[in-house]
Amino acid sequence: MIPNILSFIVFLPVVGMFIVLLLPREKKTAIKVVSAVFTGLQIVLAWQIYVNFDTNTTSMQFVEQVKWIESFNIWYFVGIDGLSVSMVLLTALLSFIAIIASWNIDKAVKAYFALFLLLDAGMMGVFVALDFFLFYIFWEVMLLPMYFLIGIWGGPRREYAAIKFFLYTLLGSVLMLLALLVLYFNVKDPVTGGHTFNMLHMMDQANHTGILNQFNIRLLVYAALFIGFAIKVPIFPFHTWLPDAHVEAPTPISVILAGVLLKMGTYGMLRISFPILPDAMKWEPFLYGFVTLAVINIVYGSLCAMAQSDLKKLVAYSSIGHMGVVLLGMAGLTSLGMNGAVLQMFNHGIVSGMLFLLVGVIYDRAHHREIDGFGGLASQMPIYTGIASLAFFANLGLPGLNNFISEAFSFLGAFGSEAFNLKVFTIIGTLGIILTAGYMLWTLQRVFFGPLNPKYVNMPEVNTRELITLVPLGVLVIVLGVYPNLVLNLLEVSLNNLVQTVLNAPSVLLGMQ
Amino acid sequence: MIVDYVVWIILLPLISFTIQIFFGKRLPRQGDWLPTSVMFVDLLLALIVAGKVFSAYDPDFRIARSFEWVVLGTTTIKFGLLIDNLTAVMLFIVTLVSSLVHLFSIGYMHGDPRYSRYFAYLSLFSFSMLGLVSVDNFLGIYMFWELVGVSSFLLIGFWFEKHSASNAAKKAFLVNRVGDVGMFIGILLIFAITHTFNFDEVFGKIASGEFAGALLTAAGILIFCGAVGKSAQFPLHVWLPDAMEGPTPVSALIHAATMVAAGVYLVGRTFVLYTETALLIIAGIGTITAFIAATIAVVQMDIKKVLAYSTISQLGYMIAALGVGGYNAGLFHLMTHAFFKALLFLGAGSVIHAMHHEQDMRQMGGLRHKLPITFVTFLIATMAISGVPGLSGFFSKDAILAAALGKAMETGTLYHYLIFATLIFTAGLTAFYMFRALFLTFYGTPRNQEKYDHAHESPSTMTIPLIALALFTVIGGYGSWFEELIRKPSLAMFSTGAAQEAAHAAAEGAAHGAHTIAMVLSILFAFAGIFIAALYYYWNKYSAEAVSEKFAALYRFLWNKWYFDELYQATAVRGTLLLSRAMGWFDLKVIDGIVNGTARMTTLLSFGSGTTDNRVVDGLVNWVARIVGWFGATLREIQTGKVQAYILMALGAFILLYVIQLAMV
Amino acid sequence: MMAVGLHHFLVLSALLFVLGLLAVITKKNAVTVLMGIELILNAANINFIAFSRYVDTDLDGQLFALFVIITAAAAAAVALAIVLNIYKQMRSVNLDEADTLAG
Repeated sequence: MIPNILSFIVFLPVVGMFIVLLLPREKKTAIKVVSAVFTGLQIVLAWQIYVNFDTNTTSMQFVEQVKWIESFNIWYFVGIDGLSVSMVLLTALLSFIAIIASWNIDKAVKAYFALFLLLDAGMMGVFVALDFFLFYIFWEVMLLPMYFLIGIWGGPRREYAAIKFFLYTLLGSVLMLLALLVLYFNVKDPVTGGHTFNMLHMMDQANHTGILNQFNIRLLVYAALFIGFAIKVPIFPFHTWLPDAHVEAPTPISVILAGVLLKMGTYGMLRISFPILPDAMKWEPFLYGFVTLAVINIVYGSLCAMAQSDLKKLVAYSSIGHMGVVLLGMAGLTSLGMNGAVLQMFNHGIVSGMLFLLVGVIYDRAHHREIDGFGGLASQMPIYTGIASLAFFANLGLPGLNNFISEAFSFLGAFGSEAFNLKVFTIIGTLGIILTAGYMLWTLQRVFFGPLNPKYVNMPEVNTRELITLVPLGVLVIVLGVYPNLVLNLLEVSLNNLVQTVLNAPSVLLGMQ
Repeated sequence: MIVDYVVWIILLPLISFTIQIFFGKRLPRQGDWLPTSVMFVDLLLALIVAGKVFSAYDPDFRIARSFEWVVLGTTTIKFGLLIDNLTAVMLFIVTLVSSLVHLFSIGYMHGDPRYSRYFAYLSLFSFSMLGLVSVDNFLGIYMFWELVGVSSFLLIGFWFEKHSASNAAKKAFLVNRVGDVGMFIGILLIFAITHTFNFDEVFGKIASGEFAGALLTAAGILIFCGAVGKSAQFPLHVWLPDAMEGPTPVSALIHAATMVAAGVYLVGRTFVLYTETALLIIAGIGTITAFIAATIAVVQMDIKKVLAYSTISQLGYMIAALGVGGYNAGLFHLMTHAFFKALLFLGAGSVIHAMHHEQDMRQMGGLRHKLPITFVTFLIATMAISGVPGLSGFFSKDAILAAALGKAMETGTLYHYLIFATLIFTAGLTAFYMFRALFLTFYGTPRNQEKYDHAHESPSTMTIPLIALALFTVIGGYGSWFEELIRKPSLAMFSTGAAQEAAHAAAEGAAHGAHTIAMVLSILFAFAGIFIAALYYYWNKYSAEAVSEKFAALYRFLWNKWYFDELYQATAVRGTLLLSRAMGWFDLKVIDGIVNGTARMTTLLSFGSGTTDNRVVDGLVNWVARIVGWFGATLREIQTGKVQAYILMALGAFILLYVIQLAMV
Repeated sequence: MMAVGLHHFLVLSALLFVLGLLAVITKKNAVTVLMGIELILNAANINFIAFSRYVDTDLDGQLFALFVIITAAAAAAVALAIVLNIYKQMRSVNLDEADTLAG
C-alpha cells in the first residue's frame, strides 16, 4: 500500500507534464512514451486503490488532510468513497487509452501531451477533492487545457467550439462559485467555529448557520449548483456545447469529454448538491423539474441523435440521452436507482469512449464522418464491424452487455421509488429504449450493411494500436454486463448511505419557509 | 443434478459460439462440425433431462436453483434456473430442431463466404433460446429475450449486402423492441409492487392477494406485449414475413419453430399473471392474428411468405388457446407446430436449394418427381398443419378448438363464440392455403422448364433432418403424457401449504364436453379447405386468376397484406423520423440559436460599450492630452536651444521679478 | 586723497559683471563666452574679498574666493572639453549652430 496514494495519482500527470516540457520538441516519440508511461503508472495506482479499497465502510478512505491557506481555512483535503473510486478508476483507464489513441497526433506534439497530462491531473483532482475550494480549483484547472486541446487540435470550427465550451462551462463555474461562497460563509467549522470549505462539514446539516437556514436561500444555492453541474452533464437546454465540442475535438479528446467530463456534472450533484442540500433536492417542484429534464434528455437526446448525419454528433446526442437515464436513476432516491445511475455513469464512460474511438478509426481512413457516406463496411472490415457492433449493441442496452444492467437498474429504481411517484416519467423514459435501438441500428445498417461503397474497397482493417485502445473497453463491456458486481461492490455501501442520508435529512427546514 | 445438466445445455452453445466467432475460420471445415456436434450433445443432454424430469411423472415437478446475482441494500436480485415439465419439453424441442437445422445448414449454406460466422450465430441463438426457457425470473427472461432478438437480427441480416435483408433485420429488431419495452414496463411494475423478479415469488404475491386488481391486469397485458412482439401477433406481426430474408434454415429454426414460440412460452410460463380481463385481450389478439395472417397467406406466391404467414396464423392459434384458458392445448400446439413447421421450412429450403434460390411458386410445379423425399415429408407436414386426422397437428389444433368452444359454452358470451367461429374458419383457410402451396410446388407441370431440369434432390445432410422431423410430425401427437404433465398452473400452487391440493382440481374440464363437436367441425373444415384447394390447383376445375379478378379489390387488399406495412410506414416510422428531424432542427436552430443569440447579443453589447469607451471615455482623456499638447507646441517656440537666449531670458525674468519686487514694496 | 572704500570695489565688480554678462549673451564664439563667464566669476570673487575686508573681518570671504577660483578652473576645463567636442562634432564653435536642444 502506497502512502498518499491519492496525491500520487493526482500529481503524477503533473510530473509527467514537466518531463514532457523538458524534452526537446522534436523528440515526438519520447514525449508520447513518457505520457503513456505516466498514465500507465496512474492505472497501476488506480489498481492499487481498487485492491485496497474497503467496500464495507461509508467513510472516506485514503484521506490526506493538510492545511493549505490558513487565513481562509482552506485545506488540501482529499479522500474517496465508493462514488469517487469508480470515477477515479474510469478516469485512469480512459486517460491511458486516450493517450494511446493520441499516438497519431502530429501537430505541436509537446504542447498537446503536456496539456493532456494537465487535464488528466485536473480530472483526477475533481474526483478526489473533499475541500470545496480545492474542488473548485481542480474544476477550473481542467477547463483550460480542454479549451486549448479543442481549440488547437480540433476540426475546422474548433475555435467556435472551444470558446463555446469554455464560456458555457465558465458560466457554470461562476454559479458554482456563488454557491460556494454562500456555503463558505454560512457553514461553521465544528472544531474552530469559523468558516469552512470542508465538504464533510457542509454535509452535516447541524453546521449550517445564518442565511443557510432560510429555505429560500437554500433553494437558490441548490439552483445555482444545479445549473453549474447541469451544464457539465449536460442537461437540456444547456447541452448545445456538447455536440459542437465533440464534433470539433480530436478523437482522444472526445473520448475524455464524453467518458469523464460529462460524469463530473452528475458526480458534482451526488457529491455536493444532494448531500449538502437534501431538503432542496427533495423539494417537489425541484425534484419533478429535475425528473422532467431527465426524461426530456432521454427522449429529446435520442430523437436528435436520430436526426444527425454526422457520426460524432450522433454519438454526442446519444450521450445526452444516456446521461438522462443517469439523472432518472438518481432522482428516485432508491438504492437500486442510485447504484444503477452511478454504474451507468461508469458504463457510459466506457461505451461512449469506445464509440468515439470507433468513429475516429474510420474518420482517420475516410476523412469524413457522414453516416450516409459509407456503406457495406462489414464486408471490408469484419473485425472493425464486430467491435463496432459490440459497442452499438451495448449502447442500445442489449442484455449481457454493460449498459443494460445500469439502465435497467436506473429505470427500476425510478419506477419503484417510494419517496416520489415517478412512474409516468419512467414510462416515458423507456421510449428512449426504442429510439436508441432505432438510431443505433439504422446507423449500423447505413455504415456497415448493404453493398460496399466502391470508394472504400481498399479501406484497411483496424490496426494494432487501435485494437489496443478498443479491446480493453470491449472486454469491460462484456465483463461488466455479465458481472456488474465488480463495480457495484465498490459503490453500494457509499451510495446506500447517500440515499439514506438524503432521504432521512430533516425536512424541518421545509417548515421554515 | 438435473440443474447441472441444464447449465451445461445452456453453456455449451455459448462456448461453441465463442470458439466459432474467434477461431471459426481457422478450424478445419470452417468449424461447422463444432456447433453441430455441440447441439447434438445438447440434444442428448436434453433427452436425459427430459427422461429424469418425466420419470417423476408429476405435473407439479419443479426444481429451482438460484444464486444472488446483485445485492444492493435491501434489494437482492437472484438469478437462477427453474426446471419443470414445460422447461424440459422446451429444452427438447429447441435442441432437437436446432441440431437438425445445424445439420441441414451444412448442406444448405455450403460455400457461403461467411459460413463459419453463420454457425457462430446459430450457436448464439441456441444459447439464448435455451437460457430463455430455463431461467426462473422476469429479468432473466427479458435478458435472454433480447439476446434471441439480437441473434435473430444477425441471422436475418446475414446476407447484409442485400438492402432488403438489412432492412428486414432492422425492422425485426425494432418491432420487437416496441413489444419489449411494453414487457420491460411490465417488469418495472411487477418489481415495484413485489420487489422481486422471481416467478414463484411473484406468483406467491399474487396468490396471497398482495398483487391484484387493475395493476395486475396492467402488468399482465404489458408482459403480454413482449409476447406480441416476439410471437409476431397483431399488431406487431409485420416483421416476421420480412424476416424470411434470412437463410431458410434460420427461418425454420428461429422464425418458425423456436424463437417466435417464445412469446407463447412466456404467456404459458407466467400464466397465473393474467387476470380474466387480460386473458380476454390475449384471446382476442390471438384470434385476430390467426385470421388476418391466414387470409394473407391465401394469396402469397413466395413459398416462404406463405409459410411465414402460416406461422403467424398458427402462433395466433396458440395465443388464442392460452387466452381461452386452453393452457395445455396452446403449449401442445407449440410443440407439434415446432415439428411440422420446421419441417415445412426445411422442405421449402430443400426446394429453394434445388431451384437455385428460386422462391416464387409460379416458377415451380411438378417437383414431386425430382425431389421425392422432400415431397413426401412436405406432404406429411402439410397434412399435419391442415389438421388431417392422425397426425400431430390434428391433435393439437383440435385441442385448441375444443378449448375455445369449451370456453364459449362455459361463458356463453358472443365474444368467445366469435373466437371459436373465427378459429374454425381459419382452420379451413389453413388447409386451403397449405395445400395450395403444396399443389403449386409439387404437382402440375413444370412452369419453368430450365430450372426444373436443373433441380435435384438435396444431399443427405439435408434429407436426414427432413425425415427425422417427419417422424416427429407423425408421432408427436400420440400419448397422453403431454396433457397429464403440462397442467395449467393455478394460483394455489404458489400459495403455501393447505391450498396446494385445490390446485389439482382446476383442470381443463370444460374442454372435454366440447371435444366431439370441435373435432367433427375441425375435420369438416380441414377437408373442405383441402377439397377447394384441389379444385383450383390440382384438378384445375376453376381458375384462381378468375376469382382474383372478380374480387379485385379484396385481392389487392390481401396481396398488400392489409396495408399494415404502409400504415406503419406512414405513421410510426415517418412520424418518428419527422419528429426526430423536427427535434434536430429545433435543437440546432432554437436551443443552439438561443445560445448563439446570447453570444451575439453579448458581442453586440460589447461592441456598443467598446464604441462608447472609444468615443466618450477615451475621448475625454484624449481631449485633455490635446490641450496639454497645444500648450506644449506653443511654448516650445521659446525653447530655441541656444544657451545665450536662455540666459537672456533668465536675465529678463530676473529684472522683471526685481521690478515687481520694487513695485510691491 | 580719497581712501579706497567698499564702494569702489563694488562698482568695479559690477562693471566686470556687466562686461562678462555682455560677453556671455552677445558673443557667438564659445570661447569668448567662456571668457565672459570667467569675468562674471571674478566679479563675484571681488565682491567676496571686498566684503570680507570691509564688513566681516574674518577670512571666510577670501576662502570662498579661493574655492571659486578652483571650481572656476575645473569648470573651465570641463567647459573647454565640451567646446572641443562641439567643435569636433560641428567643425565650429559658433554657439548659434549648437541648438540641437531646440524645442
